[in-house]
Amino acid sequence: MSDGATIASHFEDAEQQREAGLMGMWLFLATELLLFAGLFGGFAIYRGLHGDAFAAAARHLDLPLATANTVILLTSGLSMALAERMAHAGAPQLARRWIAVTVALGASFLAIKGYEWHHEYSEGLMPLLGLAFEYDGPDAAQAHLFFDFYFAMTGLHALHMLIGLAALVLLWMLGRPRAGLQPDRYIRQVQITGMYWAFVDVVWVFVFTSLYLLRS
Amino acid sequence: MSEPGTHYLNEGWTLRSWLLTTDHKRIAWMYFATITVFFFIGGLAALLIRLELLTPAGEMVESDTYNKLFSAHGIVMVWFFLVPSIPATMGNFLLPLMLGARDLAFPKLNLLSWYIFTLGGLFTMTAVIAGGVDTGWTFYTPYSTLFSNSAVVLAASGVFVVGFSSILTGLNFIVTTHKMRAPGLTWMRLPLFCWANYATSLIMILATPVLSMALLLIVLERVLGIGIFDPELGGDPLLFQHLFWFYSHPAVYIMILPGMGVVSEIITCFARRPIFGYTGMVISIMAIALFGFIVWGHHMFVAGQSLYAGILFSFFTFLVAVPSAIKTLNWTATLYGGRIRFTAPMIYGLSFLGLFTIGGLTGVILASLAVDIHLHDTYFVTAHFHYIMVGGMVTAYLGGLHFWWPKITGRMYSGPWSIVAALALFIGFNLTFFPQFLLGFLGMPRRYHAYPEEFQLLHVMSSLGAGVLAVGYLLPMVYFGWSLWRGKPAGDNPWDATGLEWQTSSPPPKHNFVDTPTVTTRPYDYV
Repeated sequence: MSDGATIASHFEDAEQQREAGLMGMWLFLATELLLFAGLFGGFAIYRGLHGDAFAAAARHLDLPLATANTVILLTSGLSMALAERMAHAGAPQLARRWIAVTVALGASFLAIKGYEWHHEYSEGLMPLLGLAFEYDGPDAAQAHLFFDFYFAMTGLHALHMLIGLAALVLLWMLGRPRAGLQPDRYIRQVQITGMYWAFVDVVWVFVFTSLYLLRS
Repeated sequence: MSEPGTHYLNEGWTLRSWLLTTDHKRIAWMYFATITVFFFIGGLAALLIRLELLTPAGEMVESDTYNKLFSAHGIVMVWFFLVPSIPATMGNFLLPLMLGARDLAFPKLNLLSWYIFTLGGLFTMTAVIAGGVDTGWTFYTPYSTLFSNSAVVLAASGVFVVGFSSILTGLNFIVTTHKMRAPGLTWMRLPLFCWANYATSLIMILATPVLSMALLLIVLERVLGIGIFDPELGGDPLLFQHLFWFYSHPAVYIMILPGMGVVSEIITCFARRPIFGYTGMVISIMAIALFGFIVWGHHMFVAGQSLYAGILFSFFTFLVAVPSAIKTLNWTATLYGGRIRFTAPMIYGLSFLGLFTIGGLTGVILASLAVDIHLHDTYFVTAHFHYIMVGGMVTAYLGGLHFWWPKITGRMYSGPWSIVAALALFIGFNLTFFPQFLLGFLGMPRRYHAYPEEFQLLHVMSSLGAGVLAVGYLLPMVYFGWSLWRGKPAGDNPWDATGLEWQTSSPPPKHNFVDTPTVTTRPYDYV
């Protein structure tokens, strides 16, 4: 794409380009969904096999903090939706403000998540890298398995959050008031990034439900 | 617009004009060069395997080395040659041309996918140099996680990385097919090559991520000590097989559908007849892609899954034979009453038809629960899937190269030599792999480097066949190379074929068409 024209040279018109971009993102999200599905599928099977052990292990997680995080992340979904709305309404600077809010909320989510991980690490609940696993409940082996899933799922989700945050920061910088800013293109970029962010939100809802809420 | 005489190949000569290109035609060349290297690396491993198997005693290599050889052969051939083979080269080159588009929807992603592919290749090559990997191409747990002390992490990471290049290619193809078709090119006017690549792309984006997750969990288990497949913690090694085959069975169709697309183009052109039952062909392609997702358990009949699951998976597997048979019968019906020209592409196309039929029918045999208990993990299985992947896909790949070479390069290659190469492939292939059906039936297991003496005759036949096969692979390298220097100019449409790709010049200009074409007829309008 050259900076001079809004439409890349291999497209017929802006509409075709917009539709192609959106469809590409939808397909990418389908891929992402199946990536997580492998992990969730495994978790569902083991939850069935070792129900009691997993429920007991889940009670070792910090539900209040995770609930707070859920609220924060869903709110960031709202602010991103508002950013999109503003971009569509032809107010890229207002959109940028909401993007900044989204970034702040996303970063707080990660900070809280990091604190949670640290807490679990100091309690000896992080059976990674050969660290000792200190667990006082019954079925310690299966609890180990639960925490394996916990770190894999929340870790993969956090990685997606990081990628999303990087994209949002980039979007924020791209939208600064300048001569070359193309409103159409910016709307497209906000919309596509917003889709990704919404996906990361939705995945968290499933992570939260499977890991934190299934505790009895 | 471009000046007369300029085309995508002479637009620029610098290395930079290749490495930073976003032109789908040049990216196709980059893929072609890369996968050819991998093909010969995988071929070298196969050659060593066949040499070892000339004698009953394991004389040439240790059993550990042998394990690493067949693992390298499988990993390289499946992920670094067969999966990208037709889609990444001919698909990349031809899909926009056949759709009447100027490029794929996301040219930069297309370039990125090649870089990711190459990066993944470097990982895996490093694994081979670092001592190799001995798990087989399937990375089965718990061997790959708890026991193997070879370079599993590197090799699995390479395959993990390369998965993203498949995903990007698939995503690009789907969006391009949906959004970039020329005016008048309705879905039911699409060439079957486009349909085949479309179905392949669906599998790529839906199945690959599950494989990525399975491999990621292996890497995490080895590096971080996560124990999801560890039986001591209550984990189940079979879960890996389920996740792995959920991808890798559909991936078998990634490794045959594009070949079916190529053969449809070749057979119609050289029989001078429209394809028989176009709608049935389209439905079959989509049905194969769909059924491919519900048959993975047939790899696990003896792995301890429940009998009822086995019965269902067996039934669904029989079901896949229906669309495959429809396709085979339709190709045959297309030939009926045609004016057949026995050019090299057509010989490859006809070889495909015969070899795929044998491969497909032996697949039905293996899908039978009781029979599979006898044949599982024997050479019968090896022969079966080589009939599909090599007899089917590699034959179609070479057929497609011969068919579109004049369009891609603007030059013709030697007619007689290409016919020799096509025949060498057919004869060499059958000599290599038909004896393996017999070996398997007699009880020769896969993955052993020593065997009882009564199997020697069949093994020697197989190894000799591999030699003939090698001639069939090397010859085209010679005359293709020659044709680049000295080949006669091909003209825009040397085969007198239909299809939008033949309407533009050879080689095509940078943006494929001077004016966007309009389509008014069904495909394969031969009379």
